[in-house]
Amino acid sequence: MTITRDEVKKIAELARLEIPEARIERMAGELSAVLDFAGALQRLDLEGCEPSVFAPADAPLREDALDDRRLSQSAALAAAPEAEQGFFLVPPIVENLAP
Amino acid sequence: MSASELWRLSARALAERVRGGKVTPAAAVESGWEGPGAAWEADVRAVAHADTAARARGAEAVRSGPLQGVPVLVKDNLCTTDYLTTCASKILAGYQPPYDATVIRRLRAAGAVVTGKGNMDEFAMGSSTEYSCYGPTRNPYDLARVPGGSSGGPAAAVAYGLCPVGLGSDTGGSVRQPAAFCGVFGLKPTYGRLSRYGLVAFGSSLDQVGIFARHAGDVADTYAALAGHDRFDATTRGTPAPDVSRWDAGVQGMTFGWPANLWKEGVDAAVVEALDEAAAALERAGARRVAIEFLPGEFSVATYYLVATAEASSNLARFDGVRYGFRHEDSPDVRALYTRTRSEGFGPEVQRRILLGTYALSAGYYDAYYLTAQRARTRIRREYEAAFARCDFMMLPASPTLAFKLGEKTENPLAMYLSDIFTIGANLAGIPGLTVPMGLAKANGGPALPRAVQLLGPDDAEPRLLAAGRALEARGEVARIGREHETEFAWPTRR
Repeated sequence: MTITRDEVKKIAELARLEIPEARIERMAGELSAVLDFAGALQRLDLEGCEPSVFAPADAPLREDALDDRRLSQSAALAAAPEAEQGFFLVPPIVENLAP
Repeated sequence: MSASELWRLSARALAERVRGGKVTPAAAVESGWEGPGAAWEADVRAVAHADTAARARGAEAVRSGPLQGVPVLVKDNLCTTDYLTTCASKILAGYQPPYDATVIRRLRAAGAVVTGKGNMDEFAMGSSTEYSCYGPTRNPYDLARVPGGSSGGPAAAVAYGLCPVGLGSDTGGSVRQPAAFCGVFGLKPTYGRLSRYGLVAFGSSLDQVGIFARHAGDVADTYAALAGHDRFDATTRGTPAPDVSRWDAGVQGMTFGWPANLWKEGVDAAVVEALDEAAAALERAGARRVAIEFLPGEFSVATYYLVATAEASSNLARFDGVRYGFRHEDSPDVRALYTRTRSEGFGPEVQRRILLGTYALSAGYYDAYYLTAQRARTRIRREYEAAFARCDFMMLPASPTLAFKLGEKTENPLAMYLSDIFTIGANLAGIPGLTVPMGLAKANGGPALPRAVQLLGPDDAEPRLLAAGRALEARGEVARIGREHETEFAWPTRR
């Protein structure tokens, strides 16, 4: 297989996903199948092909200025799972902060 | 025509009656829900979010315009202030956007009414509308089969008559393939012509908002209402969008490419038959067929599943349980909050693609996968440029098969990905594509299923694609024969 169990665990951690132990083997197989298929690109003649970057040629630059859109604090927080006193609320990020 | 039959009208004819004061917007909107909606929706399940009060408010607020009073089901990944927007994902459960997507604002400005939110594969990742947290949508022509995906909800709703127009999004074929499975028109516009502001991002270099309708003219009217520069989407082009008002002008003198090497094998006989009939019809209408050779679609699929997943892994990083949607309870620290929220909130196909994209972008593999794919993309774009130097547009299948059965491909991700083999190239190249329904295939031991062809053109070829689509519609080569652009056709058989 192109992707090993350990690699699945490593990329899952990078992506902040937890794959149950029982599903790792199968996931490695499924990802390997797609990557093996993508190996077909090695047979494609890419001589003289620069990587595509998909911005339209005439994409204009804009002024770095405020436009007329406004999102109030209450509207911005309205969909938050937890908010308090005008802030998004999350569990501790840094532990054992000395008082 | 009685109020209960209004749903049979084209958008154009319906808007005309509303404008003339013969029909109220409320009657125009509710006809689809009362007639075909009552008969079909419980089985087809095309709609993810419906709200009778929001519909009534929408009908009351109708503005005058080309789509006056026309109900439109929009895919659940387009932000709407009056309906939830969840991308059919648990991770966006209960999300109510504070703004309308630009295409929604333009729909409303043209007089249309958002009649609800259409079901989809979670985050538009899928080709069958089976990967939805609300359960699958079914094909109205055969409830044992899928409507295609990922925009299966709007496609099925337009097919069974809930509304004459639907909006979807097309990242690798998610409008054109379900249009083919459900027997309706489906347009993926040129990249940069329809704003994605307020479309939840999947693969940003590929995503386009697309249009479903039962008539070519309705696709044209909707395109005209939506297309154009948007200062909130830097990828929209500054030049005026192509004029599609001559969608009924015919194909006299046009040439169309015929890449028959693409369907030598692995394509259903019914699909090949539809191609032969469509090509013959265009020739009778005055177009000329030009044989061309084209790069096999496998290369596009391989390129796509590296580029799209890489972009998705980045775009979907924003779903972390902090600002909106679902949050896993009881996480001891913020890192656990991210991991548990995402692992529980994303479905299996979305997790698979995030992992694939993370891998393709990761140190040590970037050159071998992502960079190679970006170079292949350049090669693919050149293939199209070479083809369009020889013809005005080309004809090919929209899908290698007719609608497949529920569950047939969910256990084999690669098989599911290959059902997009004819649509993906247009997204990689940024060019427009139109699925044109070609009536029903011969029944094969079950209900007769829709068949279709796909037309692809160079940048901004929407006018000629629509003219060719209309030529096929008007010449009766599709089962739905136009009579003043508003006629009846082969509705799914009544149960």
